[in-house]
Amino acid sequence: MNYQQATWTRETDTGEPVNEPLLSEKRTQTVTYDDVDLPDELVRDELTLPEPAEPEVARHYTRLSQMNYSVEHGPYPLGSCTMKYNPKFIEDVAALEDGAIHPDRPDEYAQGTLGILHGLQEYLAEIGGMETATLQPPAGAAGEFTGLLVARAYHQSNDEDDQRREVIVPASAHGTNFASAAMAGYDVVELPSDEDGRVPVDALEEAVGDSTAALMLTNPNTLGLFERDIADIADIVHDAGGLLYYDGANLNALLGRARPGDMGFDIMHYNVHKTFASPHGGGGPGAGPIGVVDELTEFLPDPHVRETEDGSFELYEPAESIGKVHGFYGNWLVLLKTYAYISRLGDGGLKDTSAMAVLNANYLASQIDLDITYGPFHHEFVASAGDVDAAEFAKGMLDEGVHPPTTKWPEIVDEALMTEPTEALSKEQLDVLAAAFTATNRKTSDELADAPTTTAAARIDQTSAARNPRLSWQDVGENDE
Amino acid sequence: MTHETPDDLLYTDSHEWIDDREDTLRIGITDFAQDELGDVVFVELPSEGDSLESGAACAVVESIKAVSDIYTPVSGTVTATNEAILDQPELLNTDPYGDGWLFEIDGQVPDDALDADDYCEQIE
Ligand SMILES: Cc1ncc(COP(=O)(O)O)c(C=O)c1O
Repeated sequence: MNYQQATWTRETDTGEPVNEPLLSEKRTQTVTYDDVDLPDELVRDELTLPEPAEPEVARHYTRLSQMNYSVEHGPYPLGSCTMKYNPKFIEDVAALEDGAIHPDRPDEYAQGTLGILHGLQEYLAEIGGMETATLQPPAGAAGEFTGLLVARAYHQSNDEDDQRREVIVPASAHGTNFASAAMAGYDVVELPSDEDGRVPVDALEEAVGDSTAALMLTNPNTLGLFERDIADIADIVHDAGGLLYYDGANLNALLGRARPGDMGFDIMHYNVHKTFASPHGGGGPGAGPIGVVDELTEFLPDPHVRETEDGSFELYEPAESIGKVHGFYGNWLVLLKTYAYISRLGDGGLKDTSAMAVLNANYLASQIDLDITYGPFHHEFVASAGDVDAAEFAKGMLDEGVHPPTTKWPEIVDEALMTEPTEALSKEQLDVLAAAFTATNRKTSDELADAPTTTAAARIDQTSAARNPRLSWQDVGENDE
Repeated sequence: MTHETPDDLLYTDSHEWIDDREDTLRIGITDFAQDELGDVVFVELPSEGDSLESGAACAVVESIKAVSDIYTPVSGTVTATNEAILDQPELLNTDPYGDGWLFEIDGQVPDDALDADDYCEQIE
């Protein structure tokens, strides 16, 4: 038994599936303007706007959601991304009326909110082994950028910014690590993995020096492997005068069991949508708090929340703050969901989470018949599609009614299928996923070349989409070949 | 798969070609390179007048599979760039040695440039 997307719309005569029309293709109204107080070249005197009735809108979006695939439909084992199910109670909490406060409300009338933000700062600090955490960055990648600005402010305060121009990033790191370092104004030095998939300590020793600002690392790394030499790595970086940055994307493997701060990391981000609960982006607001050790707290973004002597809470600007990376104290309702999730799970629940994440990955791996070179792995593993193109393998899996793993990354594994079932899958769901791997593994190359055939949309023409993007519904139909 | 490697051009290890038949050198990427990259969807070029150091990343070619830096095999001043490929990046795929050229540079052919036979051997 497996899931199949709905295809709602078909040609009347042939029965061929077609795309659900855009709302603006359904019904529009043209409105005209004449007396507008703006320069002529900025004014359109006619504007065509969609004008569907409410039931049409509701049906349109329901259909689209049924043509889609999400963590609410079934397994979604994108490695590194941790696409886990978010329990619904967090939405209830975020919908509470008291949550809807204006961010400019004076501190004394926002004590509940500030108390929760402060509580979350403390929870995150405790979980990561950090001194405190800023809640301002709106995503993991934004946290990386913020963390590097903090590192930079630290080096500036030591008069070493001019000399410390390099950030070292392992080759197997997520693309955002390279990008964040470059955006923060650093030169990126790439460190290749050693044969067993970890950071090569010798090569690191050679790479660090007076010009090292920081090393960015995730642990377990993107192969799911624990960086066993982390204590030595920390010493090497610190002895060279650099800082150690922890990419928190894989923290769900360690929750309640090991802390980046205890391993020697100085700065870390938390992808709250991976490690805790809050929806994955999708264009909506997100959160990527960063934790820092004691020496770095004065550089955190403005504002930060602190408890005063009388037990109330206030916002303040840290003495050498890097400034703002987002409005106010970040995306409050996302942070509230995170707080609610951590509170409900408690110490024991968080510890179970990491245990289940690791158990699920290891069980799934034991049920599939593909090469997995690197191990022992924790919450994710990287299988190889062997002679088959990993992207084709992934298309084949779509026909089995599941979402495929992350493909072709990390590059150290040929035709990589980076698989992370997450702690949220039951054994039955893991078996569904394993069966999808097995069925796909048996497909011929012709079958894979035609896949997917059962999804609402078949292969997307990526080349035309990139060369000839249609960024407005008004372009639809215009460039059809 | 066999790739075109015209005899009258010179080549580099990093899959650029150099046409030294005119006064200024014309640079592009090889048929092999475009095939490895797949459908090219975006190109960034150096600016006319840029002075480049051989080995420097000076252009970017993005395909649906990867983003690649292009390294100039020649030091010198950029004298012309192929604006046409900005709007039609597919020219790099369809005509890598003709309309899909990248830029022209005033400089010397490097000593380690390969001839067509050597380059063919390397990509086989
Ligand atoms: C290892 C790793 N680092 C960083 C990020 C970036 O995080 P975000 O998507 O929250 O910006 C990701 C996201 O997938 C990741 O997998």
